[in-house]
Amino acid sequence: MKTLLYLFLGTIFGIIMYKSEAASWFRIYEMFNFASFHMYGIMGSAVAIGIVGVQFLKKKNYKALDGSDLSLQPKEKGISRYLFGGIIFGLGWGLAGACPGPMYTLAGVGYISILIVIAGAVLGTFLYGLLRKKLPH
Amino acid sequence: MNWIYEPWPWYIGGPAIAFFMLLLLVIGKQFGMSSNLRSICSIGGGGKIADFFNFDWKSQRWNLTIMIGAAIGGFIAANYLSTNTVQINESLLPQLKAYGINSAGKAYLPTEIFALENLNLKNFFILLIGGLLVGFGARYAGGCTSGHGISGLSNLQLPSLIAIIGFFIGGLVMVHLLYPLIF
Repeated sequence: MKTLLYLFLGTIFGIIMYKSEAASWFRIYEMFNFASFHMYGIMGSAVAIGIVGVQFLKKKNYKALDGSDLSLQPKEKGISRYLFGGIIFGLGWGLAGACPGPMYTLAGVGYISILIVIAGAVLGTFLYGLLRKKLPH
Repeated sequence: MNWIYEPWPWYIGGPAIAFFMLLLLVIGKQFGMSSNLRSICSIGGGGKIADFFNFDWKSQRWNLTIMIGAAIGGFIAANYLSTNTVQINESLLPQLKAYGINSAGKAYLPTEIFALENLNLKNFFILLIGGLLVGFGARYAGGCTSGHGISGLSNLQLPSLIAIIGFFIGGLVMVHLLYPLIF
């Protein structure tokens, strides 16, 4: 039953990604050229509503439906990993024009070539796991 | 019924993403898509080689299910809810043309890179290296556009802001400094 719920939620998410065009290489290219408000509007409005929503849930000391605390694990403090990791991610985002959510969506659309991007992303994740202890965090 | 095929403006897409994230929070989960890549490495036996993949991936089954749903959603949207073209700012078209990309406005993704019949060694490496950087960077930074960009920023976390600044530095360097060398 829960599996069906997550499958349904995921389907909604995929539709949002595709219909909002956040999954389009062209929109990412446009964003990095500051040529449209579209992607900034998506992220800006999502974060603005997200901040209000999260603060509201926190203030109400809201518990998740299963009675647990809200999954809001604070990220560890630090700069290097976020900056360097972020830059590496951004280089890939700019090149492939897809981030990890839309990748799966585009695979579902039927773009066979996106499977190469996904394979690369799995490989990149694996490489990070191998090199993790040698990297500044 | 033509409105069904119209793309969603930002003020529909953005709030929809926010409500999706808040809904997950309310049912006890945290929105973040790139952790699925780590789970896939773990399922594939990566834990034998690097202990980073030695974790209970079954606790992430819900997220893997969302990932499969995201693919189904793409299938539904592309087949029943879209004309599958993306209109971008026309001032960008000459530059794209100079890069050999003429499909802007006529396709959802540039066919010159993504269409199967155009798959050559160069495109293969563009896609593979693009993916590799995304996967490596997301795990190094501890999140991607969803985990840092939406979940982290919504919780006012400084690390997420640093990561987002990194995302943009990387993206701008790629599009403005490296594209002329690649395309």
